Amino acid sequence: MAGASAMSSYRRGLRDGLPFLLMVFPFGMLWGVVATEAGLTLTETVSFSVVVIAGAAQFTALQLMSENAPTAVVLASALAVNLRMAMYSASLTPHLGPARLWQRMLISYFLVDQTYAGTILEFEKRPHLTLAEKTAYFFGLATPVCPPWYLTTLLGAWLGAAIPTELGLDFAVPIAFLAMIAPMLRTPAHKVAAVTATVLALGFAWLPYNFGLIFGGVGGMMAGARAELYFEAKRAR
Amino acid sequence: MIDRTTLWIVILGLGFGSFALRFVFLGFIGNRPLPDWLLRHLRYTAVAVLPALIAPLVLWPTATDGQPDLTRLLAAAVTFGVGYASKNVIAAMISGALVMIAGGYLLI
Repeated sequence: MAGASAMSSYRRGLRDGLPFLLMVFPFGMLWGVVATEAGLTLTETVSFSVVVIAGAAQFTALQLMSENAPTAVVLASALAVNLRMAMYSASLTPHLGPARLWQRMLISYFLVDQTYAGTILEFEKRPHLTLAEKTAYFFGLATPVCPPWYLTTLLGAWLGAAIPTELGLDFAVPIAFLAMIAPMLRTPAHKVAAVTATVLALGFAWLPYNFGLIFGGVGGMMAGARAELYFEAKRAR
Repeated sequence: MIDRTTLWIVILGLGFGSFALRFVFLGFIGNRPLPDWLLRHLRYTAVAVLPALIAPLVLWPTATDGQPDLTRLLAAAVTFGVGYASKNVIAAMISGALVMIAGGYLLI
């Protein structure tokens, strides 16, 4: 029975992950096009996507390398863009921490914005899932996200400049995340966290190396935690 | 032209570093219980980090060289509104995409 319920969780994850193709497709293609235009070979472009799987960090690194920035600066900036992954890792640990080591290694490798956001949405909606079901759901969700990332990179590198950039496809990423965040704003504390993070991220957007994102994220989490305590105390009175 | 050695150092370094960031809690904490104060903060990771990630992209899109764009602002507002009211992720995504498509035809 455990196997059957894990299988159905995998399938549910796969189905829930399909809409992400709409954002992975243009983003992967864009990376393929931009990287080859910057002078990377097909192998280098695809290796980048397979080894790193983090679109925003890849674009940051490529941009800085094209400007001949020192290697240490390239690495530090791109990793700063990816610092949010550590927060995702921490956030999933209460759910997926007890999984086997090889599973946790695979989960870590596939942990990107889409797989994190989709998974945490499901775990909050269904808190009673077993570990096997949660793990299966994660891999189900990663299936239409990560392999297509490699494939669309390859496609973009092949097709190159034949792709029009005026289609507004850049906006697939913000739209998809907004669609996921809105239903998550269930409690006043969640709303406080989101508003604080937005204001801080915009206010500190001028900082280099994407520190605005880190300030916004950490500030929003702190505000959410404070708000939760405040509203709990208020209810207790 | 990007130097080949630099390129591979960056690919491998960034790959290793990104994996380390993703593995740090899942891998090293595992099933040890986390303290309450930390769990309380982690509950807000998604609703804090994701808005912080997209807010600048909505207000200052790279595609328009950072100029606020009516279609994109409208698409963002509709996506959020539908998502908040219906709690339906797919309905929200489709609504936002429709605004982008409509905006592309009407405003160009």
